[in-house]
Amino acid sequence: MRYERPETIMDATALLAQASDSAFVLAGGTDLLVKMQNDDFEAELVVDIKSIAGMADVVETDDSFVIGAAVPCAALGEHEALCAAWPGVVEAANLIGSTQIQGRCTVAGNLCNASPAADSVPALVAANAQARIAGPDGIRTVAVEDIPTGPGKTSLAKGEIIEAIVLAKPTDRSGDAYLRFIPRTEMDIAVVGVGVCLALNDDGAVASVRVALGAVGPTVMLCPEAAETLVGTKLEDAALEALAAACSAASTPIDDKRGTVDFRKQVAGVLARRAALIAFERAGGSQ
Amino acid sequence: MSFDAAYQSQKLKSVGTRPLRPDGVDKVTGRARYGADFNMPGQLVARVLRSPHAHARIVRMDTGAAEALKGVKAVVTAADLPDLTNGDAELFAVLDNCMARTKALYDGHAVAAVAAIDERTAKQALKLIEVEYEILPHVVDVDAAMVADAPILNDELFTGGVDPKPDTPSNVANRAEFGHGDVDAGFAEADFIVERSYKTEQTHQGYIEPHACVASCNPDGTAELWVCTQGHFVFRQNCADLLGLEVSKLRVTSSEIGGGFGGKTHVWAEPVALALSRKAGRPVKLVMSRDEVFRASGPTSATSIDVKIGAKADGKITAAMATLRYSSGPYPGMWAELGAMTSFACYDLENVKTVGFEVIVNRPKVAAYRAPSAPMAAFAVESAIDELAQKLGVNAVELRIKNAAREGTKSSYGPVYGPIGIGPTLEAAQSHPHMSAPLGKNQGRGMACGFWFNFGGQTCSDLNVNADGTVALAVGTVDVGGSRASLSLIAAEELGIDYKDVKAVVADTATLGYNDMTDGSRGTFSSSMATISAARNAIAIMRARAALTWDIPVEDVYWEDGHAKAAGTKYGNLSPLSVRDIAAESGNTGGPIAGHSELVADGAGVSFATHICDVEVDPETGATSIIRYTVIQDAGKAVHPSYVEGQYQGGAAQGIGWALNEEYIYGADGRLQNSGFLDYRIPVCSDLPMIDTQILEIPNPNHPYGVRGVGETSIVPPLAATANAVSNAVGVRMSHIPMSPPRILAALNAERD
Repeated sequence: MRYERPETIMDATALLAQASDSAFVLAGGTDLLVKMQNDDFEAELVVDIKSIAGMADVVETDDSFVIGAAVPCAALGEHEALCAAWPGVVEAANLIGSTQIQGRCTVAGNLCNASPAADSVPALVAANAQARIAGPDGIRTVAVEDIPTGPGKTSLAKGEIIEAIVLAKPTDRSGDAYLRFIPRTEMDIAVVGVGVCLALNDDGAVASVRVALGAVGPTVMLCPEAAETLVGTKLEDAALEALAAACSAASTPIDDKRGTVDFRKQVAGVLARRAALIAFERAGGSQ
Repeated sequence: MSFDAAYQSQKLKSVGTRPLRPDGVDKVTGRARYGADFNMPGQLVARVLRSPHAHARIVRMDTGAAEALKGVKAVVTAADLPDLTNGDAELFAVLDNCMARTKALYDGHAVAAVAAIDERTAKQALKLIEVEYEILPHVVDVDAAMVADAPILNDELFTGGVDPKPDTPSNVANRAEFGHGDVDAGFAEADFIVERSYKTEQTHQGYIEPHACVASCNPDGTAELWVCTQGHFVFRQNCADLLGLEVSKLRVTSSEIGGGFGGKTHVWAEPVALALSRKAGRPVKLVMSRDEVFRASGPTSATSIDVKIGAKADGKITAAMATLRYSSGPYPGMWAELGAMTSFACYDLENVKTVGFEVIVNRPKVAAYRAPSAPMAAFAVESAIDELAQKLGVNAVELRIKNAAREGTKSSYGPVYGPIGIGPTLEAAQSHPHMSAPLGKNQGRGMACGFWFNFGGQTCSDLNVNADGTVALAVGTVDVGGSRASLSLIAAEELGIDYKDVKAVVADTATLGYNDMTDGSRGTFSSSMATISAARNAIAIMRARAALTWDIPVEDVYWEDGHAKAAGTKYGNLSPLSVRDIAAESGNTGGPIAGHSELVADGAGVSFATHICDVEVDPETGATSIIRYTVIQDAGKAVHPSYVEGQYQGGAAQGIGWALNEEYIYGADGRLQNSGFLDYRIPVCSDLPMIDTQILEIPNPNHPYGVRGVGETSIVPPLAATANAVSNAVGVRMSHIPMSPPRILAALNAERD
């Protein structure tokens, strides 16, 4: 196995572009190192991106937060402005693994691992986060929900690296939240995860909303039909019931060791309801 | 020297205190050496090839390419572990489990192993071993394995314990029945009857340290094994038997142990490591991965249990019956039998009958797990008792007190009880503040009782008084739960010296006589008895040395408060001699001073506990949180109360995990789906509240200090206590363990519909 620690993003993308298929990007390593323990896993090339300038920084601009691909999730929790702007995203990122894991793991890595159960991804999708991708042909930006294409699979082309996740500064009277279901209290993987981000109009009713579901399909998915149920409402009981029903209906989970189809569909609705209420309160809404 | 083990009430100075454990600093600083921490010069790395199939005939195996790989020093298959078991079916099962012979009987069953110069080479070599399997139909469920057209695992297995002997093979290895009285007559007398079926899923002991060993076979026929085990003498015997070694030539040293809970009472990888070392002529280290630990070691039985209990309107139970089916993996076990024996052990019953069926399935060979088989039986019975109380409209604790076994009760499994703790634990529960604390919304309370036999067994120890007056204690029971601290307290107590002046070690098999393994909650019970005996033998020698020093008859020297003293007034001017004084002169008075002991520790004294559990259940998700938990258990005498409390809490924690989330999940292909701690969900710290404990001390008449084993009983009630709490919280009887959120939510949905 070859280990490279390039100092520029161009060198990193060039290494990956030239490598065989068993080449991997190393940021926090909390997924990669676990995989490397597996007898059937062989890596020919590991490209550590932590020495690339800017990768470990959260940069606040006039209209956004740019989270470098190697920023550990714990660091997000220490960024006051980010916590105030995107509490749901930060909370989701700090549900991953354990305290020790959070000191290493990254949201970009969580996204590229392409697990439908990734905790930070539904929150990022709800927040309309963008992934800034560096590749042999330059830089492109795509919506986070377009990165995963299936369990363990992404839309990234050979040689491409997500160099940053970009979160626009939230508008006034908006709020986000993420809730997941795990059978334990921590150190577990989401059986269902729901991210909700909403903004209120001058009357205090929901003006716009994004709902993202995790672990109930092959990828984290944006659920516009669920979002529609809340527009124009103040999250009255009927609206919440409609939201829950829409989330349950949109879920296409499987029976597996982590949960059943019925359980996941039902709990997707429950969590959506609860997350919407938190986001609503964060947006300054009142019923 | 004969040893009187009878209980004598006395004031104790060291026993009952809470000093720091002698192995603590090494463990928290990482200096302690566990199974994988031992290395030898020239050591090879071993890896095991395991069956990916639940049930398959091994048609052909070719190890040639693996053997030819550079760096590979040995490849072994069943051919390298020839059958030396001489008709001993139990030992053959151990052999076949260590290395599959004609058939792979479960996903993870070892079929070959390699020893190579490094891990990478060993892994590569595994991929070069060609195995042709003929896949056979499999069965993993205990009930499915019993039906008439189930795939048969073993064509030569006919159900035992039935008359006449069957002439068709079956997956039911044995039927065992216990009880007394006439249950039919008892049920006819009953005003109320509850009857229900229960299921529990298979769980693993979940020890944090995987199995690990270093084996070294020498050309002269001697061999050494460094291993993480609960019983190095037993491992020595098993390995010697399986490899055809002389017992005296195999020296086994036990490492520190990162948890066993019964799972390290069985050999898995050790005979394979020895076979590899014998073939390679070099030391071999074999460390199992977590995946291998789950797939091929442990676990406990999955069960299916029917219970029927009848009672008069006043609460007196008139009859009780249970039918218990326990899976034992692919080889016969005696797990259902233990379940059948323990089912109703807490109660004083006129009419009781239990029947246990041992069922073989395509899952790993079942191993002991802390009070093996009792928790599942207690889950079923204590759930039924709870339901009976509700049906009768009486308080659950009062119903249990009314029917509790007591001294003189003929137990449901045969023997008549001596002084026992079930009544006192129930009375303590009744008056415990936990029992009357208010409950909030979506909360429920449950309680349950539990029983375990406890064991004593063969024990041998040495106590050496050093020239500086300190004491080295060598014991042969592996310290899994703090026994070195407890035994040091015992030695200090007997000799009248300070705890800090005693250093206890676990001796290897070459330096001490045979000891049974640390199971059956016997470690502190039996080794403390041997320690007391050894200390008393050392005192006899010290008295003789004092007599010699003083030149007076030994009969005039007595031992008191850690000193030899001259009896009577005629020696009034002789100042007492301390252990230190006598030890300092030992070179001039006859040489080293030591006390030895070998004994069979009888009368372990049965053990009882009562647990109280409060839960809160989220009715929308089925998620359960344990909000309060209390363990009340009889310890006989708590030698080191902190470790007794630790045993109570540890058993409760494991039982809660079993009750709520832990289970082996198999796919339709018979492969284990969750062979890791991510998806095999033992509780994490934040899942549990601080578990309250109350130690009762009802002296065991068969131990000088009244000690009873305390290690296992604490895992018996939690399944039932938690299930009763959840059932009471949600208003639906939960009869399937674990009560995972999907199961609870499904039960609630069914109730709502």
